[in-house]
Amino acid sequence: MKRLWAWAALIIGLLYFILPLVGMTNFSLKMRRGEYSFDAYAKVFADSRFHETFSYSVWMALLTIIFGVFLVVPTAYWVRLKLPFLRPYIEFITLLPLVIPAIVIVFGYIRLYNTSSWLPLTGSYVGTDILLVFGYATLSLPYMYRAVDTGLRTIDVTTLTEAAQSLGAGWVTIIGRIILPNVTVAVMSGAFVTFAIVMGEFTMAALLNKPAFGPYMQLLGANRAYEPAALAVIAFGITWACLGLMQLVSRLQKTPQRPV
Amino acid sequence: MSTQTATQAKGAAPPGQFRRLPMHWLGVVPFAAFVLLFLILPTMKIVIGAFQTPDGGFTLANVSGLFTSSILAAYWISIKISFTSAILGCLIGFAMAAAVVLGGLPRAIRGPLLTFSGVASNFAGVPLAFAFLATLGPVGLVTVFLRSELGIDLRLLGFNILSFWGLTITYLFFQIPLMILIITPALDGLKREWREAASILGATNAQYWRLVAFPILLPSLLGTLALLFANAFGAVATAIALTGSSLNIVPILLFAQIRGDVLGDPHLGYALAFGMIVVTGIANAIYIWLRARSERWLK
Repeated sequence: MKRLWAWAALIIGLLYFILPLVGMTNFSLKMRRGEYSFDAYAKVFADSRFHETFSYSVWMALLTIIFGVFLVVPTAYWVRLKLPFLRPYIEFITLLPLVIPAIVIVFGYIRLYNTSSWLPLTGSYVGTDILLVFGYATLSLPYMYRAVDTGLRTIDVTTLTEAAQSLGAGWVTIIGRIILPNVTVAVMSGAFVTFAIVMGEFTMAALLNKPAFGPYMQLLGANRAYEPAALAVIAFGITWACLGLMQLVSRLQKTPQRPV
Repeated sequence: MSTQTATQAKGAAPPGQFRRLPMHWLGVVPFAAFVLLFLILPTMKIVIGAFQTPDGGFTLANVSGLFTSSILAAYWISIKISFTSAILGCLIGFAMAAAVVLGGLPRAIRGPLLTFSGVASNFAGVPLAFAFLATLGPVGLVTVFLRSELGIDLRLLGFNILSFWGLTITYLFFQIPLMILIITPALDGLKREWREAASILGATNAQYWRLVAFPILLPSLLGTLALLFANAFGAVATAIALTGSSLNIVPILLFAQIRGDVLGDPHLGYALAFGMIVVTGIANAIYIWLRARSERWLK
Protein backbone atom coordinates (compact mmCIF):
# COMPACT_ATOMS: atom_id res chain seq x y z
CA MET A 1 0.00 0.00 0.00
CA LYS A 2 2.74 2.39 1.01
CA ARG A 3 4.73 1.45 -2.04
CA LEU A 4 1.71 2.16 -4.23
CA TRP A 5 1.47 5.70 -2.84
CA ALA A 6 5.18 6.17 -3.29
CA TRP A 7 5.01 5.14 -6.94
CA ALA A 8 1.99 7.37 -7.50
CA ALA A 9 3.72 10.41 -5.97
CA LEU A 10 6.85 9.81 -8.00
CA ILE A 11 5.10 9.19 -11.30
CA ILE A 12 2.75 12.17 -11.03
CA GLY A 13 5.72 14.33 -10.10
CA LEU A 14 7.80 13.07 -12.97
CA LEU A 15 4.92 13.58 -15.38
CA TYR A 16 4.97 17.27 -14.48
CA PHE A 17 8.66 17.42 -15.39
CA ILE A 18 8.50 15.34 -18.53
CA LEU A 19 5.47 17.00 -20.14
CA PRO A 20 7.09 20.43 -20.68
CA LEU A 21 10.20 18.75 -22.09
CA VAL A 22 8.07 16.66 -24.44
CA GLY A 23 5.96 19.71 -25.20
CA MET A 24 8.88 21.88 -26.26
CA THR A 25 10.53 19.11 -28.27
CA ASN A 26 7.26 18.29 -29.99
CA PHE A 27 6.56 21.94 -30.74
CA SER A 28 10.06 22.55 -32.07
CA LEU A 29 9.52 19.81 -34.67
CA LYS A 30 6.14 21.05 -35.94
CA MET A 31 7.17 24.02 -38.06
CA ARG A 32 6.20 22.29 -41.28
CA ARG A 33 2.45 21.80 -41.41
CA GLY A 34 1.24 18.25 -40.92
CA GLU A 35 4.57 16.50 -40.44
CA TYR A 36 7.57 16.50 -38.15
CA SER A 37 10.65 18.25 -39.43
CA PHE A 38 13.81 19.96 -38.24
CA ASP A 39 12.86 23.18 -40.03
CA ALA A 40 12.84 25.24 -36.85
CA TYR A 41 16.34 24.07 -35.99
CA ALA A 42 17.53 24.76 -39.55
CA LYS A 43 16.08 28.28 -39.28
CA VAL A 44 17.81 28.84 -35.96
CA PHE A 45 21.16 27.54 -37.14
CA ALA A 46 20.93 29.61 -40.32
CA ASP A 47 20.38 32.80 -38.34
CA SER A 48 23.64 34.73 -38.17
CA ARG A 49 22.58 36.37 -34.92
CA PHE A 50 22.30 32.91 -33.37
CA HIS A 51 25.97 32.31 -34.17
CA GLU A 52 26.99 35.77 -32.99
CA THR A 53 25.15 35.67 -29.68
CA PHE A 54 25.98 32.02 -29.02
CA SER A 55 29.71 32.48 -29.56
CA TYR A 56 29.62 35.75 -27.62
CA SER A 57 28.11 33.92 -24.64
CA VAL A 58 30.59 31.05 -24.98
CA TRP A 59 33.45 33.59 -24.89
CA MET A 60 31.92 35.33 -21.90
CA ALA A 61 31.53 32.00 -20.13
CA LEU A 62 35.15 31.03 -20.77
CA LEU A 63 36.43 34.43 -19.62
CA THR A 64 34.24 34.21 -16.53
CA ILE A 65 35.59 30.75 -15.73
CA ILE A 66 39.22 31.86 -16.18
CA PHE A 67 38.66 34.97 -14.10
CA GLY A 68 36.78 32.96 -11.46
CA VAL A 69 39.58 30.41 -11.16
CA PHE A 70 42.19 33.16 -10.80
CA LEU A 71 40.07 34.85 -8.17
CA VAL A 72 38.79 31.91 -6.18
CA VAL A 73 41.59 29.31 -6.10
CA PRO A 74 44.32 31.53 -4.58
CA THR A 75 41.83 33.08 -2.16
CA ALA A 76 40.33 29.80 -0.97
CA TYR A 77 43.85 28.33 -0.66
CA TRP A 78 45.18 31.31 1.23
CA VAL A 79 42.26 31.41 3.61
CA ARG A 80 42.63 27.72 4.40
CA LEU A 81 46.37 28.07 4.89
CA LYS A 82 46.80 31.34 6.72
CA LEU A 83 43.51 32.86 7.73
CA PRO A 84 41.24 29.95 8.70
CA PHE A 85 39.28 32.16 11.08
CA LEU A 86 38.08 34.15 8.07
CA ARG A 87 36.39 31.14 6.45
CA PRO A 88 32.88 31.63 7.82
CA TYR A 89 32.90 35.29 6.79
CA ILE A 90 34.18 34.57 3.29
CA GLU A 91 31.65 31.78 2.95
CA PHE A 92 28.89 34.19 3.95
CA ILE A 93 30.06 36.76 1.41
CA THR A 94 30.19 34.18 -1.38
CA LEU A 95 26.58 33.25 -0.63
CA LEU A 96 25.37 36.86 -0.93
CA PRO A 97 24.79 36.65 -4.71
CA LEU A 98 22.09 34.08 -3.94
CA VAL A 99 20.40 36.57 -1.61
CA ILE A 100 20.71 39.76 -3.63
CA PRO A 101 18.77 39.35 -6.90
CA ALA A 102 20.89 39.68 -10.03
CA ILE A 103 18.70 42.50 -11.26
CA VAL A 104 19.60 44.56 -8.19
CA ILE A 105 23.33 43.90 -8.61
CA VAL A 106 23.33 44.97 -12.25
CA PHE A 107 21.21 48.00 -11.37
CA GLY A 108 23.98 48.95 -8.94
CA TYR A 109 26.61 48.48 -11.68
CA ILE A 110 24.74 50.74 -14.06
CA ARG A 111 24.44 53.49 -11.49
CA LEU A 112 27.90 53.07 -9.93
CA TYR A 113 29.97 52.78 -13.10
CA ASN A 114 28.10 55.18 -15.35
CA THR A 115 29.89 57.54 -17.71
CA SER A 116 30.23 60.32 -15.14
CA SER A 117 31.67 58.12 -12.39
CA TRP A 118 35.32 57.51 -11.41
CA LEU A 119 35.33 54.17 -13.25
CA PRO A 120 33.18 54.72 -16.37
CA LEU A 121 32.86 51.06 -17.36
CA THR A 122 29.44 51.46 -18.97
CA GLY A 123 30.81 54.13 -21.27
CA SER A 124 32.67 51.86 -23.70
CA TYR A 125 31.99 48.57 -25.44
CA VAL A 126 34.95 46.79 -23.83
CA GLY A 127 34.02 48.33 -20.51
CA THR A 128 30.57 46.73 -20.50
CA ASP A 129 32.15 43.42 -21.56
CA ILE A 130 34.41 43.60 -18.52
CA LEU A 131 31.47 44.58 -16.34
CA LEU A 132 29.46 41.64 -17.66
CA VAL A 133 32.29 39.16 -16.97
CA PHE A 134 32.58 40.54 -13.43
CA GLY A 135 28.82 40.29 -13.04
CA TYR A 136 28.81 36.67 -14.19
CA ALA A 137 31.76 35.95 -11.89
CA THR A 138 29.69 37.37 -9.04
CA LEU A 139 26.68 35.23 -9.95
CA SER A 140 28.79 32.06 -10.11
CA LEU A 141 30.78 32.90 -6.97
CA PRO A 142 28.63 30.77 -4.63
CA TYR A 143 29.09 27.68 -6.81
CA MET A 144 32.74 28.26 -7.71
CA TYR A 145 33.89 29.04 -4.19
CA ARG A 146 32.04 26.14 -2.63
CA ALA A 147 33.36 23.69 -5.22
CA VAL A 148 36.98 24.81 -4.81
CA ASP A 149 36.76 24.97 -1.02
CA THR A 150 35.34 21.44 -0.90
CA GLY A 151 38.15 20.32 -3.19
CA LEU A 152 40.76 21.90 -0.93
CA ARG A 153 39.34 20.02 2.04
CA THR A 154 40.32 16.70 0.47
CA ILE A 155 44.01 17.65 0.23
CA ASP A 156 46.46 18.49 2.98
CA VAL A 157 47.15 22.10 2.09
CA THR A 158 49.66 22.81 4.85
CA THR A 159 51.86 19.77 4.21
CA LEU A 160 51.86 20.31 0.46
CA THR A 161 52.82 23.94 0.93
CA GLU A 162 55.62 23.19 3.35
CA ALA A 163 56.97 20.42 1.13
CA ALA A 164 56.96 22.74 -1.87
CA GLN A 165 58.54 25.57 0.10
CA SER A 166 61.32 23.37 1.41
CA LEU A 167 62.10 22.49 -2.19
CA GLY A 168 62.34 26.20 -2.96
CA ALA A 169 59.00 26.86 -4.66
CA GLY A 170 57.53 30.36 -4.63
CA TRP A 171 53.87 31.19 -4.15
CA VAL A 172 53.07 31.24 -7.87
CA THR A 173 54.61 27.82 -8.34
CA ILE A 174 52.82 26.44 -5.30
CA ILE A 175 49.39 27.65 -6.40
CA GLY A 176 49.85 27.00 -10.12
CA ARG A 177 51.71 23.69 -10.05
CA ILE A 178 50.83 22.11 -6.71
CA ILE A 179 47.42 23.33 -5.52
CA LEU A 180 45.60 23.84 -8.82
CA PRO A 181 46.37 20.35 -10.24
CA ASN A 182 45.17 18.86 -6.97
CA VAL A 183 41.80 20.57 -7.16
CA THR A 184 41.27 20.27 -10.92
CA VAL A 185 38.18 18.13 -10.43
CA ALA A 186 36.63 20.69 -8.09
CA VAL A 187 37.53 23.56 -10.39
CA MET A 188 35.97 21.73 -13.30
CA SER A 189 32.72 21.11 -11.49
CA GLY A 190 32.58 24.82 -10.61
CA ALA A 191 33.41 25.68 -14.23
CA PHE A 192 30.54 23.58 -15.62
CA VAL A 193 27.98 25.27 -13.39
CA THR A 194 29.41 28.65 -14.35
CA PHE A 195 29.14 27.76 -18.02
CA ALA A 196 25.51 26.71 -17.64
CA ILE A 197 24.66 29.90 -15.72
CA VAL A 198 26.33 32.22 -18.21
CA MET A 199 24.82 30.57 -21.29
CA GLY A 200 21.27 31.03 -20.02
CA GLU A 201 21.71 34.35 -18.23
CA PHE A 202 19.31 37.04 -19.39
CA THR A 203 18.93 39.89 -16.89
CA MET A 204 22.48 41.23 -16.69
CA ALA A 205 23.20 40.95 -20.41
CA ALA A 206 19.89 42.57 -21.34
CA LEU A 207 20.30 45.51 -18.97
CA LEU A 208 23.91 46.08 -20.06
CA ASN A 209 22.75 45.87 -23.71
CA LYS A 210 25.10 43.05 -24.65
CA PRO A 211 24.46 40.72 -27.61
CA ALA A 212 24.36 37.57 -25.45
CA PHE A 213 22.45 34.34 -25.96
CA GLY A 214 19.85 34.97 -23.24
CA PRO A 215 18.53 38.28 -24.62
CA TYR A 216 18.60 36.79 -28.13
CA MET A 217 16.38 33.92 -26.99
CA GLN A 218 14.00 36.36 -25.34
CA LEU A 219 13.83 38.53 -28.47
CA LEU A 220 13.16 35.53 -30.68
CA GLY A 221 10.51 34.33 -28.24
CA ALA A 222 8.67 37.62 -28.52
CA ASN A 223 8.61 37.47 -32.34
CA ARG A 224 8.51 33.84 -33.51
CA ALA A 225 6.50 30.73 -32.78
CA TYR A 226 8.52 27.59 -33.44
CA GLU A 227 12.15 28.73 -33.24
CA PRO A 228 11.94 29.51 -29.50
CA ALA A 229 10.98 25.91 -28.79
CA ALA A 230 14.00 24.75 -30.78
CA LEU A 231 16.17 27.18 -28.78
CA ALA A 232 14.70 25.84 -25.55
CA VAL A 233 15.66 22.31 -26.58
CA ILE A 234 19.20 23.50 -27.37
CA ALA A 235 19.44 25.39 -24.08
CA PHE A 236 18.17 22.40 -22.15
CA GLY A 237 20.77 20.27 -23.91
CA ILE A 238 23.52 22.68 -22.82
CA THR A 239 22.30 22.75 -19.21
CA TRP A 240 21.97 18.99 -19.18
CA ALA A 241 25.44 18.46 -20.67
CA CYS A 242 27.13 20.92 -18.29
CA LEU A 243 25.49 19.64 -15.13
CA GLY A 244 25.69 16.02 -16.21
CA LEU A 245 29.42 16.44 -16.75
CA MET A 246 29.66 18.18 -13.41
CA GLN A 247 27.96 15.30 -11.61
CA LEU A 248 30.22 12.85 -13.40
CA VAL A 249 33.31 14.82 -12.47
CA SER A 250 32.29 15.28 -8.85
CA ARG A 251 31.60 11.58 -8.58
CA LEU A 252 35.24 11.05 -9.57
CA GLN A 253 36.17 13.28 -6.68
CA LYS A 254 34.39 11.13 -4.10
CA THR A 255 37.33 8.74 -4.07
CA PRO A 256 39.55 10.25 -1.38
CA GLN A 257 42.65 11.80 -2.89
CA ARG A 258 44.88 11.98 0.13
CA PRO A 259 48.36 12.88 -1.03
CA VAL A 260 50.92 10.37 0.20
CA MET B 1 58.16 28.88 9.12
CA SER B 2 55.48 31.46 8.98
CA THR B 3 52.84 28.78 8.48
CA GLN B 4 53.69 27.27 11.84
CA THR B 5 53.68 30.64 13.50
CA ALA B 6 50.21 31.26 12.21
CA THR B 7 48.81 27.99 13.46
CA GLN B 8 50.61 28.05 16.78
CA ALA B 9 49.91 31.65 17.52
CA LYS B 10 46.23 31.14 18.27
CA GLY B 11 46.45 31.67 22.02
CA ALA B 12 49.51 33.73 22.90
CA ALA B 13 50.70 36.08 20.20
CA PRO B 14 54.48 35.97 19.82
CA PRO B 15 56.18 39.33 19.35
CA GLY B 16 56.84 38.92 15.63
CA GLN B 17 53.20 38.31 14.72
CA PHE B 18 52.07 41.88 14.45
CA ARG B 19 54.68 42.63 11.87
CA ARG B 20 53.75 39.59 9.81
CA LEU B 21 50.00 39.89 10.02
CA PRO B 22 49.63 42.53 7.28
CA MET B 23 51.47 40.20 4.89
CA HIS B 24 48.92 37.48 5.56
CA TRP B 25 46.08 39.82 4.82
CA LEU B 26 47.57 40.78 1.47
CA GLY B 27 46.53 37.35 0.16
CA VAL B 28 42.84 38.14 0.33
CA VAL B 29 43.12 41.67 -1.01
CA PRO B 30 42.22 40.80 -4.65
CA PHE B 31 39.16 38.89 -3.52
CA ALA B 32 38.15 41.58 -1.07
CA ALA B 33 38.60 44.28 -3.71
CA PHE B 34 36.51 42.35 -6.23
CA VAL B 35 33.71 41.63 -3.80
CA LEU B 36 33.73 45.22 -2.59
CA LEU B 37 33.65 46.74 -6.08
CA PHE B 38 31.25 44.36 -7.79
CA LEU B 39 28.98 43.09 -5.03
CA ILE B 40 29.00 45.21 -1.89
CA LEU B 41 29.35 48.74 -3.30
CA PRO B 42 26.75 48.29 -6.08
CA THR B 43 24.29 46.98 -3.50
CA MET B 44 25.13 49.78 -1.08
CA LYS B 45 24.63 52.28 -3.89
CA ILE B 46 21.08 51.00 -4.30
CA VAL B 47 20.37 50.92 -0.57
CA ILE B 48 21.75 54.42 -0.01
CA GLY B 49 20.08 55.72 -3.17
CA ALA B 50 16.76 54.55 -1.77
CA PHE B 51 17.15 57.10 1.03
CA GLN B 52 18.53 59.97 -1.02
CA THR B 53 17.03 62.96 -2.74
CA PRO B 54 18.32 63.69 -6.27
CA ASP B 55 20.81 66.21 -4.82
CA GLY B 56 22.09 63.82 -2.17
CA GLY B 57 20.18 64.72 0.98
CA PHE B 58 18.52 62.16 3.25
CA THR B 59 14.87 61.41 2.63
CA LEU B 60 12.23 58.80 3.33
CA ALA B 61 10.13 60.00 0.42
CA ASN B 62 11.42 57.31 -1.98
CA VAL B 63 10.52 54.46 0.33
CA SER B 64 7.16 55.98 1.18
CA GLY B 65 6.70 56.47 -2.56
CA LEU B 66 6.50 52.67 -2.78
CA PHE B 67 3.20 52.78 -0.95
CA THR B 68 1.14 53.66 -3.98
CA SER B 69 -1.51 51.25 -5.10
CA SER B 70 0.20 50.08 -8.32
CA ILE B 71 3.60 49.38 -6.70
CA LEU B 72 2.02 47.77 -3.66
CA ALA B 73 -0.03 45.63 -6.03
CA ALA B 74 3.17 44.57 -7.80
CA TYR B 75 4.78 43.56 -4.50
CA TRP B 76 1.62 41.78 -3.42
CA ILE B 77 1.34 39.73 -6.65
CA SER B 78 5.08 38.94 -6.49
CA ILE B 79 4.80 37.80 -2.90
CA LYS B 80 1.69 35.73 -3.66
CA ILE B 81 3.32 33.99 -6.64
CA SER B 82 6.55 33.37 -4.73
CA PHE B 83 4.70 32.09 -1.69
CA THR B 84 2.31 29.84 -3.62
CA SER B 85 5.07 28.35 -5.73
CA ALA B 86 7.21 27.89 -2.60
CA ILE B 87 4.40 26.11 -0.70
CA LEU B 88 3.48 23.86 -3.63
CA GLY B 89 7.16 23.25 -4.38
CA CYS B 90 7.72 22.20 -0.78
CA LEU B 91 4.70 19.87 -0.69
CA ILE B 92 5.31 18.18 -4.04
CA GLY B 93 9.06 18.04 -3.59
CA PHE B 94 8.60 16.56 -0.14
CA ALA B 95 6.16 13.95 -1.45
CA MET B 96 8.59 12.92 -4.19
CA ALA B 97 11.62 12.84 -1.90
CA ALA B 98 9.68 10.92 0.76
CA ALA B 99 8.47 8.46 -1.88
CA VAL B 100 12.03 7.74 -2.92
CA VAL B 101 13.69 7.77 0.51
CA LEU B 102 11.00 6.20 2.71
CA GLY B 103 8.49 4.67 0.32
CA GLY B 104 10.44 1.52 -0.38
CA LEU B 105 11.14 2.31 -4.03
CA PRO B 106 14.19 0.70 -5.62
CA ARG B 107 17.35 2.54 -4.61
CA ALA B 108 18.38 2.76 -8.25
CA ILE B 109 15.85 5.61 -8.73
CA ARG B 110 17.60 7.86 -6.26
CA GLY B 111 20.76 8.77 -8.16
CA PRO B 112 19.00 9.68 -11.42
CA LEU B 113 16.31 11.64 -9.55
CA LEU B 114 18.92 13.73 -7.73
CA THR B 115 20.91 14.26 -10.93
CA PHE B 116 17.77 15.31 -12.76
CA SER B 117 16.86 17.64 -9.88
CA GLY B 118 20.27 19.27 -10.15
CA VAL B 119 19.70 19.92 -13.84
CA ALA B 120 16.06 21.00 -13.55
CA SER B 121 16.70 23.40 -10.66
CA ASN B 122 19.15 25.19 -12.96
CA PHE B 123 16.89 25.10 -16.00
CA ALA B 124 15.27 28.44 -15.33
CA GLY B 125 15.00 31.61 -17.30
CA VAL B 126 14.03 32.15 -20.90
CA PRO B 127 14.10 28.52 -22.19
CA LEU B 128 11.92 27.36 -19.31
CA ALA B 129 9.29 29.89 -20.31
CA PHE B 130 9.42 28.59 -23.90
CA ALA B 131 9.00 25.02 -22.70
CA PHE B 132 5.84 25.93 -20.82
CA LEU B 133 4.47 28.04 -23.64
CA ALA B 134 4.89 25.02 -25.90
CA THR B 135 3.08 22.86 -23.36
CA LEU B 136 0.36 24.93 -21.71
CA GLY B 137 0.21 27.87 -24.11
CA PRO B 138 -2.79 28.42 -26.42
CA VAL B 139 -1.52 25.84 -28.94
CA GLY B 140 0.63 23.87 -26.50
CA LEU B 141 0.82 20.09 -26.32
CA VAL B 142 -1.33 19.62 -23.23
CA THR B 143 -3.82 22.36 -24.14
CA VAL B 144 -4.44 20.85 -27.58
CA PHE B 145 -4.60 17.31 -26.23
CA LEU B 146 -7.16 18.24 -23.58
CA ARG B 147 -9.28 20.13 -26.09
CA SER B 148 -9.28 17.64 -28.94
CA GLU B 149 -9.22 14.34 -27.02
CA LEU B 150 -11.10 15.10 -23.82
CA GLY B 151 -13.08 18.16 -24.81
CA ILE B 152 -11.69 20.25 -21.96
CA ASP B 153 -10.96 23.81 -22.97
CA LEU B 154 -8.44 25.27 -20.52
CA ARG B 155 -9.22 28.76 -21.72
CA LEU B 156 -12.91 28.38 -20.91
CA LEU B 157 -11.89 27.16 -17.46
CA GLY B 158 -10.15 30.48 -16.99
CA PHE B 159 -6.60 29.16 -17.27
CA ASN B 160 -4.07 31.31 -19.04
CA ILE B 161 -0.32 30.68 -19.08
CA LEU B 162 0.28 34.44 -18.87
CA SER B 163 -1.32 34.70 -15.47
CA PHE B 164 -0.79 34.14 -11.79
CA TRP B 165 -1.29 30.38 -12.01
CA GLY B 166 0.62 30.09 -15.27
CA LEU B 167 3.66 31.71 -13.70
CA THR B 168 3.28 29.67 -10.51
CA ILE B 169 3.13 26.37 -12.41
CA THR B 170 6.18 27.39 -14.44
CA TYR B 171 8.16 28.37 -11.34
CA LEU B 172 7.44 24.95 -9.86
CA PHE B 173 9.76 23.48 -12.47
CA PHE B 174 12.77 24.82 -10.59
CA GLN B 175 11.17 24.95 -7.14
CA ILE B 176 10.32 21.25 -6.78
CA PRO B 177 13.83 20.01 -7.73
CA LEU B 178 15.42 22.46 -5.31
CA MET B 179 13.18 21.10 -2.55
CA ILE B 180 14.13 17.52 -3.48
CA LEU B 181 17.83 18.40 -3.40
CA ILE B 182 17.59 20.01 0.03
CA ILE B 183 15.10 17.74 1.78
CA THR B 184 16.53 14.36 0.72
CA PRO B 185 19.54 14.66 3.07
CA ALA B 186 17.15 15.72 5.85
CA LEU B 187 14.97 12.65 5.26
CA ASP B 188 18.10 10.50 5.23
CA GLY B 189 18.94 11.99 8.60
CA LEU B 190 15.83 10.49 10.20
CA LYS B 191 17.44 7.70 12.17
CA ARG B 192 16.03 4.22 12.20
CA GLU B 193 16.54 4.10 15.96
CA TRP B 194 14.05 6.92 16.50
CA ARG B 195 11.31 5.03 14.76
CA GLU B 196 12.19 1.83 16.60
CA ALA B 197 12.33 3.63 19.93
CA ALA B 198 8.94 5.22 19.21
CA SER B 199 7.32 1.93 18.26
CA ILE B 200 8.78 0.17 21.30
CA LEU B 201 7.14 2.82 23.44
CA GLY B 202 3.87 1.99 21.71
CA ALA B 203 3.61 4.79 19.16
CA THR B 204 1.59 4.24 16.02
CA ASN B 205 2.94 5.24 12.65
CA ALA B 206 0.89 8.46 12.72
CA GLN B 207 2.11 9.28 16.20
CA TYR B 208 5.71 8.73 15.16
CA TRP B 209 5.27 11.18 12.29
CA ARG B 210 3.37 13.75 14.29
CA LEU B 211 5.48 13.70 17.45
CA VAL B 212 8.97 12.66 16.29
CA ALA B 213 9.71 12.99 12.61
CA PHE B 214 7.69 16.10 11.83
CA PRO B 215 9.13 18.26 14.64
CA ILE B 216 12.64 17.23 13.59
CA LEU B 217 11.96 18.03 9.95
CA LEU B 218 10.04 21.24 10.64
CA PRO B 219 13.05 23.60 10.67
CA SER B 220 14.28 22.09 7.39
CA LEU B 221 10.84 22.39 5.84
CA LEU B 222 10.28 25.99 6.90
CA GLY B 223 13.85 26.94 6.02
CA THR B 224 13.51 25.50 2.54
CA LEU B 225 10.19 27.28 2.19
CA ALA B 226 11.95 30.58 2.86
CA LEU B 227 14.71 29.72 0.39
CA LEU B 228 12.22 28.78 -2.35
CA PHE B 229 10.33 31.98 -1.68
CA ALA B 230 13.46 34.10 -2.21
CA ASN B 231 14.33 32.01 -5.25
CA ALA B 232 11.03 32.78 -6.94
CA PHE B 233 10.94 36.39 -5.82
CA GLY B 234 14.19 37.24 -7.58
CA ALA B 235 13.39 35.37 -10.81
CA VAL B 236 13.30 37.87 -13.64
CA ALA B 237 14.03 36.11 -16.90
CA THR B 238 11.33 33.45 -16.67
CA ALA B 239 8.68 36.03 -15.93
CA ILE B 240 9.72 38.40 -18.71
CA ALA B 241 10.05 35.68 -21.33
CA LEU B 242 6.71 34.19 -20.34
CA THR B 243 4.49 37.20 -19.88
CA GLY B 244 6.36 40.07 -21.52
CA SER B 245 5.19 42.97 -19.43
CA SER B 246 1.56 41.90 -19.09
CA LEU B 247 1.88 40.79 -15.47
CA ASN B 248 2.63 43.51 -12.95
CA ILE B 249 5.24 41.90 -10.67
CA VAL B 250 8.19 43.58 -8.98
CA PRO B 251 11.10 42.13 -11.02
CA ILE B 252 9.36 43.05 -14.30
CA LEU B 253 8.54 46.51 -12.99
CA LEU B 254 12.16 47.03 -11.90
CA PHE B 255 13.43 45.76 -15.25
CA ALA B 256 11.24 48.25 -17.09
CA GLN B 257 12.28 51.00 -14.67
CA ILE B 258 16.01 50.39 -15.26
CA ARG B 259 15.46 50.25 -19.02
CA GLY B 260 13.31 53.32 -19.39
CA ASP B 261 12.40 54.91 -16.08
CA VAL B 262 8.70 53.96 -16.34
CA LEU B 263 8.05 55.29 -12.84
CA GLY B 264 9.33 58.71 -13.87
CA ASP B 265 11.61 58.97 -10.84
CA PRO B 266 15.07 57.30 -10.75
CA HIS B 267 15.15 57.28 -6.98
CA LEU B 268 11.87 55.42 -6.81
CA GLY B 269 13.72 52.72 -8.78
CA TYR B 270 16.32 52.52 -6.00
CA ALA B 271 13.54 52.15 -3.47
CA LEU B 272 11.91 49.39 -5.55
CA ALA B 273 15.21 47.47 -5.70
CA PHE B 274 15.78 48.11 -2.00
CA GLY B 275 12.38 46.56 -1.29
CA MET B 276 13.44 43.45 -3.21
CA ILE B 277 16.63 43.17 -1.14
CA VAL B 278 14.60 43.51 2.06
CA VAL B 279 12.15 40.77 1.07
CA THR B 280 14.78 38.27 -0.14
CA GLY B 281 17.04 39.23 2.75
CA ILE B 282 14.38 38.43 5.33
CA ALA B 283 13.53 35.13 3.61
CA ASN B 284 17.19 34.11 3.52
CA ALA B 285 17.80 35.14 7.12
CA ILE B 286 14.93 32.83 8.11
CA TYR B 287 16.47 30.06 6.00
CA ILE B 288 19.94 30.42 7.56
CA TRP B 289 18.55 30.59 11.08
CA LEU B 290 16.31 27.54 10.63
CA ARG B 291 19.05 25.57 8.88
CA ALA B 292 21.36 26.08 11.82
CA ARG B 293 18.59 24.69 14.04
CA SER B 294 17.88 21.68 11.85
CA GLU B 295 21.55 20.75 11.52
CA ARG B 296 21.66 19.88 15.20
CA TRP B 297 19.70 16.72 14.42
CA LEU B 298 21.34 15.77 11.18
CA LYS B 299 24.87 15.16 12.35
